[in-house]
Amino acid sequence: MLTAVSVVPLTLLGLLEREPSHGYDLKRDYDAYFGRGKPLPFGQVYATLARLARDGKVTGGDAEPGAGPDRKRYAITELGASEFDTWLTEPIEPEPHLQTVLFSKVVLALMLGRPADAYLDAQRSAHLRRMRELTEIKRTGSLMDAVLADHGLFHLEADLRWIDVTEARLSALAEMVHAL
Amino acid sequence: MTSLTLPPAHRGSGYMIEARDIYRSFGQTQALAGASLGVPRGEVLAVMGPSGSGKSTLLHCLAGIFVPDKGEVWFDGERLDTLSDTRRTELRRTAFGFVFQFGQLVPELTVSDNIALPLLLNRVNRKSAYAAANAWLPRLELDGLGGRRTGELSGGQAQRVALARALVAKPEVLFADEPTGSLDTLAGELVMNLLVASAREEGATVVLVTHDARVAAYADREVLVRDGRVINRAEAEVEVGL
Repeated sequence: MLTAVSVVPLTLLGLLEREPSHGYDLKRDYDAYFGRGKPLPFGQVYATLARLARDGKVTGGDAEPGAGPDRKRYAITELGASEFDTWLTEPIEPEPHLQTVLFSKVVLALMLGRPADAYLDAQRSAHLRRMRELTEIKRTGSLMDAVLADHGLFHLEADLRWIDVTEARLSALAEMVHAL
Repeated sequence: MTSLTLPPAHRGSGYMIEARDIYRSFGQTQALAGASLGVPRGEVLAVMGPSGSGKSTLLHCLAGIFVPDKGEVWFDGERLDTLSDTRRTELRRTAFGFVFQFGQLVPELTVSDNIALPLLLNRVNRKSAYAAANAWLPRLELDGLGGRRTGELSGGQAQRVALARALVAKPEVLFADEPTGSLDTLAGELVMNLLVASAREEGATVVLVTHDARVAAYADREVLVRDGRVINRAEAEVEVGL
């Protein structure tokens, strides 16, 4: 099982698996499919491609004539294709997030006699605010926007369930924290 | 809309529907213990809270189904909890619409019959009632189902019929209690999209009780009910100094 890794290099490898491309085209396609309002900076595209070329996962080819900063046509190598295939087919490690910021806040609040329930209420409100934004994106955006927003919504919902259950357990948790 | 008139001094605070410090017990169980809540006209409000927190009891008090033991309920500037049973029943039929977790449709009747029912009870003539009912079918993606008995519908279709029935009489307030609780994710999304869109088109205020954050995310604002009291976001943020 794989641990979570930066998704940008692997996504670029995936785009190159489709066909060899220039950096500009890769950025355009990345933004169209995966950017969702957060475009990839050109600098990051070329830096990532340079690292992938250094590691033998892509080849840069010779610069082609024409305008623009980089006229290299990048192609995926066998090593790059293998790494991409492994990443695509293997599930990533489901991370238990046992040491999240929120968990630490709750324990510290209980330890210090601060209002842990109020912190959790505020966090619930912040989560719901974000869920409203994502729901609006779903209502007004494309199907691709909706599918991506769903991913965020389900994760936020899971957090909210944790917040609700933790809030119900605060008294017992406080006893444990003070007994340690 | 009620025809009651009250002296200005007793009029409400401008909310479409409001609970002021209400209490309600069932035997030894204190369901509401000083709950206060105001919903401005046209707002879609989500009332959240764990099971047993009092959120459904609050909805029932706001809708005049329960009368609080103590405290006041106001609707559009008029005191609701002191009205007679007859008058509250009339208000529920004319000014309020309801959608519950299970649509509570009449299974022996057709889709169109069920939607027309509130209008027929309000003595609207049969032709107009059915014309209004059938106009809701395409709005709620129920085209071609008007003659179907509701017992033959899927859960999502049944909830959309319940929504049409709730809105057909053009209520001032739509009360929805876990309206997607029995539906899968996609069917629930369709119901919520249509509920919010239709309510806005009709200018209805919505009080939506749910324990589901994904459903609450369709609302303009949410409040949390805990131990029979309403905790709103502003309070929570003030408490932690946000």
